[in-house]
Amino acid sequence: MEFFLVTLLNGLSYGLLLFMLSSGLTLIFSMMGVLNFAHASFYMLGAYFAYSIAARIGFWPALVLAPLAVGAAGMLVERWGLRTVHKHGHVAELLFTFGLAYLIEELVHLVWGRPPVDYRVPAALDGPLFTLYGTAFPMYRGFMMLVSVAMLGMLWLVLTRTRIGLVIQASLTHPQMVEALGHDVPRVFMLVFGGGAALAGLAGVIGGNAFVTEPGMAAMVGAIVFVVVVVGGMGSLAGAFVASLLIGLLQTFSVTLDWSLAGALAWLGVGLPPGRFLAEAARITVAQAAPVLPYLLMVLVLVFRPRGLMGTRES
Amino acid sequence: MSGGTLRFRPLDLGRWLLWGGTAVLFLVLPHVFTQGFALTLMSQAGIMVIFALSYNMLLGQGGMLSFGHAVYSGLGAYFAIHALNLIGKGQLALPVSLLPLVGGLAGAAFGVLFGWVTTTKSGTTFAMISLGIGEMVAASSLMLPGFFGGEGGVTANRTAGAAVLGITYGPAIQVYYLIAAWTFASMAAMYALTRTPLGRIANAVRDNPERAEFVGYDTHVVRFLQLVLASFFAGVAGGLAAINFEIVTAENVGVLRSGGVLLATFIGGVGFFFGPVLGAVVFTLFVVWIAILTKAWLLYLGLFFVALVLWAPGGLASLVVAALQAAKGGRLRRRLPAYGALAAAGAVALGGFVVLVEMLYHLELEAVNDPVLQLAGLRLDVKTAAPWIAAAAVLAAGGALCAAAWRRARRDEAAAT
Repeated sequence: MEFFLVTLLNGLSYGLLLFMLSSGLTLIFSMMGVLNFAHASFYMLGAYFAYSIAARIGFWPALVLAPLAVGAAGMLVERWGLRTVHKHGHVAELLFTFGLAYLIEELVHLVWGRPPVDYRVPAALDGPLFTLYGTAFPMYRGFMMLVSVAMLGMLWLVLTRTRIGLVIQASLTHPQMVEALGHDVPRVFMLVFGGGAALAGLAGVIGGNAFVTEPGMAAMVGAIVFVVVVVGGMGSLAGAFVASLLIGLLQTFSVTLDWSLAGALAWLGVGLPPGRFLAEAARITVAQAAPVLPYLLMVLVLVFRPRGLMGTRES
Repeated sequence: MSGGTLRFRPLDLGRWLLWGGTAVLFLVLPHVFTQGFALTLMSQAGIMVIFALSYNMLLGQGGMLSFGHAVYSGLGAYFAIHALNLIGKGQLALPVSLLPLVGGLAGAAFGVLFGWVTTTKSGTTFAMISLGIGEMVAASSLMLPGFFGGEGGVTANRTAGAAVLGITYGPAIQVYYLIAAWTFASMAAMYALTRTPLGRIANAVRDNPERAEFVGYDTHVVRFLQLVLASFFAGVAGGLAAINFEIVTAENVGVLRSGGVLLATFIGGVGFFFGPVLGAVVFTLFVVWIAILTKAWLLYLGLFFVALVLWAPGGLASLVVAALQAAKGGRLRRRLPAYGALAAAGAVALGGFVVLVEMLYHLELEAVNDPVLQLAGLRLDVKTAAPWIAAAAVLAAGGALCAAAWRRARRDEAAAT
């Protein structure tokens, strides 16, 4: 029972982190119609910026400064890169962000080196938050959940209760009308792109020390975030939220299960099928298959419900 | 006329010359560049040409941006290398020369398996689902060590089996000619496919799927067939890679390989049949040759790619075609000085940039042992300010010259027309 509860909390904190990434990606997608391949690279930049800032002036300033710096980088990318390729269509935009992801990874190699950097949880947040039936739940996980939920609330308030939020929402659906009313829609796009990048950067700041800060972290989380966006339904924030939690829980729980097809067959009293390859496939446990499960889920969703869990349109 | 339509079919001399010239080039190349390294380079370029052309059957001809094309070439390579091991054990009677066919059939089989699901939609949905399948296969490669060989991969010996017609595939030159023959055959086959009704309808589906549906074609089926055929040729490339390297690892189905073929194809240009051929050669030069010269090759490749996306989205092929058209219209002679000035200014800027990047990499990686970078006869101490300032000045001057030459060319062009 305590194992279940702690795993549930871990899954929730990971799912919330995924939502921080996927919310920015979803906003950018519904605005420009382009999936930003470099989104996870901004997550990585957030972690590395935070590492460098924290080493000099501490973790708390880094928590604010690193996302701002990443957001500024995002705005620069939108202004001087994406806006230029926009006229060549969506494929060119997708390819541009794809190339950008390559470049950012190479720059990280260059500036911080290839091995993981020692980006640590601050001492004030190190240690158990509470103990559940003898199993400790780390304080930092609680902090991650707190930051995610606070950010979520802020995002919701900004989007629905402020003037700029209303302009952003209107620009998503009726850009021409908003432009006719005298708003600078390209600048709104730039702001949203920077904002999405900053959210990814914030996720990097709090995720980088909870997991590992290394050049491969963007590639590792990037594909998962795409899965989240597709499963949730492209362009749907609520869908992204549900899918983030779903995939966070799926990944956290599946690595703890050692069920396998062979085990299930043995329990039913059925022997293993003959043949080396089949037997090997049947002995794979859920834990071993954990890295594949999100992609399997994504393929299944695309086959049976192409618009995703809560999406309103296809492709 | 009884039951036929009248057709005007002049002998297309240019095409025969082009294809004949390509064949002669393939035959002669190893006698011009005789070093072992050149042979490695050409063999890998040949494999990449098939792979990139098969990728362009999706992206260029079918309008499907795939992030998981390595799945088909990689699985083809695995089947080929397992077949090669069976040949070695004497359990399979097949000449090694036909092994790429095994890879191709395996690739096509997986194309049938995954293709129906992936091709329901084009555009972003296709891109995402191909990425998902790529990640899925890459992740399962570590789950099934029996087939994928785990971390170490699967190795084989290509000289195993009976030597057909005295061909043992011991010497690298024999492997080169095997690759050259398969590359030429695949190129011809893929070109022929673009002239078939299927190839033409694939173009229609790419440009206007709705209209193609109205005309009566099932766009899903067209995309599916195109994907299966592309998977076949990807598998052929994988089979050749298995023979060439005698090892297949999980990297062959990996996401990096899928990204690589996308880079190669786009660099060459997706709009023309010969674009991916060009791109495959340039990409192989980067991966095999420039990677030996400098540690910054990935940065150069990435920048080159992004620069093309920004300023020449038609790839290198579009630049070549533009130059050819200018020559045909008699404008090339007039523009030649402008192009020359632009190229010279670009070379200056590139020189400054390369020196800067190389110094940066040297400072980051090796300055602890030796602060002096040896580059093209120059001895640059990266711990002092002078070389940095000099290189930056060269870059700035080159950039300014580029801008000036570009403005001048635009003005002259406007004045001439």
